[in-house]
Amino acid sequence: MKILVCISHVPDTTSKINFTDGDTKFDTNGVQYVINPNDEFGLTRAMWFKEKQGASVDVVNVGGAETEPTLRKALAIGADSAIRVNTPATDGYAVARQLAKVVNDGGYDLVIAGRESIDYNGAMVPGMLAGIIGANFVANCISLEVDGTNAKAVREIDGGKETVSTSLPLVIGGQKGLVEESDLRIPNMRGIMMARKKPLTVVEPTDANAETKAVSFEKPAPKGAVKLVDADNIDELVNLLHNEAKVI
Amino acid sequence: MSILVYTESENGKFKKAALEVVSYAKAVADQMGTSVTAVAFNADNAETLGNYGASKVLLVKDEGLKVFNAKKYAAALEAAAKNEESKVVVVSASANSKYLAPLLAVGLDAGYVSNVVAAPSNVSPFTVKHSAFTNKAFANTEITTAIKVIGLSNNSFGLVESEGNASIEDFSPSIPESGVKVESVDKATDKVSIADAEIVVSGGRGLKGPENWGMIEELAEVLGAATACSKPVSDLGWRPHGEHVGQTGKPVASNLYIAIGISGAIQHLAGINSSKVKVVINTDPEAPFFKAADYGIVGDAFEVVPKLIEKLKAFKAANA
Repeated sequence: MKILVCISHVPDTTSKINFTDGDTKFDTNGVQYVINPNDEFGLTRAMWFKEKQGASVDVVNVGGAETEPTLRKALAIGADSAIRVNTPATDGYAVARQLAKVVNDGGYDLVIAGRESIDYNGAMVPGMLAGIIGANFVANCISLEVDGTNAKAVREIDGGKETVSTSLPLVIGGQKGLVEESDLRIPNMRGIMMARKKPLTVVEPTDANAETKAVSFEKPAPKGAVKLVDADNIDELVNLLHNEAKVI
Repeated sequence: MSILVYTESENGKFKKAALEVVSYAKAVADQMGTSVTAVAFNADNAETLGNYGASKVLLVKDEGLKVFNAKKYAAALEAAAKNEESKVVVVSASANSKYLAPLLAVGLDAGYVSNVVAAPSNVSPFTVKHSAFTNKAFANTEITTAIKVIGLSNNSFGLVESEGNASIEDFSPSIPESGVKVESVDKATDKVSIADAEIVVSGGRGLKGPENWGMIEELAEVLGAATACSKPVSDLGWRPHGEHVGQTGKPVASNLYIAIGISGAIQHLAGINSSKVKVVINTDPEAPFFKAADYGIVGDAFEVVPKLIEKLKAFKAANA
């Protein structure tokens, strides 16, 4: 089984979010980049398929050279090789189109992407990719088993989960649950050394126009101070929630 | 040319999010000088959608579509959008909507923006505001394609009633086979889900152990709320992963979010930031959550929560 894991290069979850150039660009100043957490669960699950079922695992990112340290980290975790499509990730559709070319050229059976990236949260690349290449698709995937060309997956739904049967070729939008948080792998020194020697191929992009364009950003309005209620005066809280906030 | 909406129902009954997307679509239709056509699957009382601005409902009655299937539902919506020559299609932010929307967007060659929080600021160029960076910011995004798909954040627009009646037409599009088959669904039917909830009661490590969740569940029951938890609580296995809310868990956009024994890490606050009113109960007045909350009680949850339950029961009885 040939697995491709899509890796988004995203600001660390603790990053302060700011914008520059008249609020038209994300301010990367002082921002640490990491593998998108949802993708990290998928990558670890892919390593399981590699170790238990002899799958090959490649990782891919659509982005500029600045994303290479993130791909190297994925190699240090254990992926066999990395591909970087040399074009900025302008929107979900353009990224999906680039990924579709990589999947078709590489003949991948299983594509593991994250449910969503934690920067733009579009939750659209895996589904669009599946739509473009005509593969089966499972979103919000929290469990995946593959047996030959058959797959069994669990999807998180609102208020529960559903188990589905499907088959390769398959794209999943993965998240926590594919593996447990405690099973996530941290690159060790040997992995980091080996990653330096693993292939990281830069491929030039195919023609793919973006369909959307972020024109400006804004931050939420600053919040007023918290209204403290005395722990011995719960009636006051009920009153505020009813009469002032009008939420009960 | 009408605005098309996907209206979700469960066991025949429309979800609140369905009424909200119709309300939203009506606002977009007014901006663009057109009307709203809703697509519903096996729903009862389709005429209800007229009260929120739909002038037509395309009702798909198909036993084969009793269970949601993203590819099949997307195909039905795609056929409807083509029949209606719709330029804008609106879906919600439910798990199912987010599952089908990218497939639908590819099928219609449409640009898709999810997590939209307001009516378009402009319809030419078509520009919408949506949350980004896990609610730490908003982006204003132009959709440059002829057809647009909008994913509306829950509880962001609200329900807007309008005058008018919806005509109901049976709709039987051709439905493709799907390579994904649902084998079983495991869903608590007696509990409201975090996505659908107007109120969410959430517990953190301050509750000391899973055995202390009884009062959280009781408080949720009194309020008709969903229960949720912080990341450490789900990592420790005190509560199921499905309850984890925050940046890497589920987003919450409820009207009221009550955080009990949760300090308020930046990742947690990002995930719950779209909730309208936030209440924190914590022993530590320095907890970061107090900076993000609207109302706060500095106190021991084990004393405050039982009192709050008692007061709310009395309130409910008085206002019943």
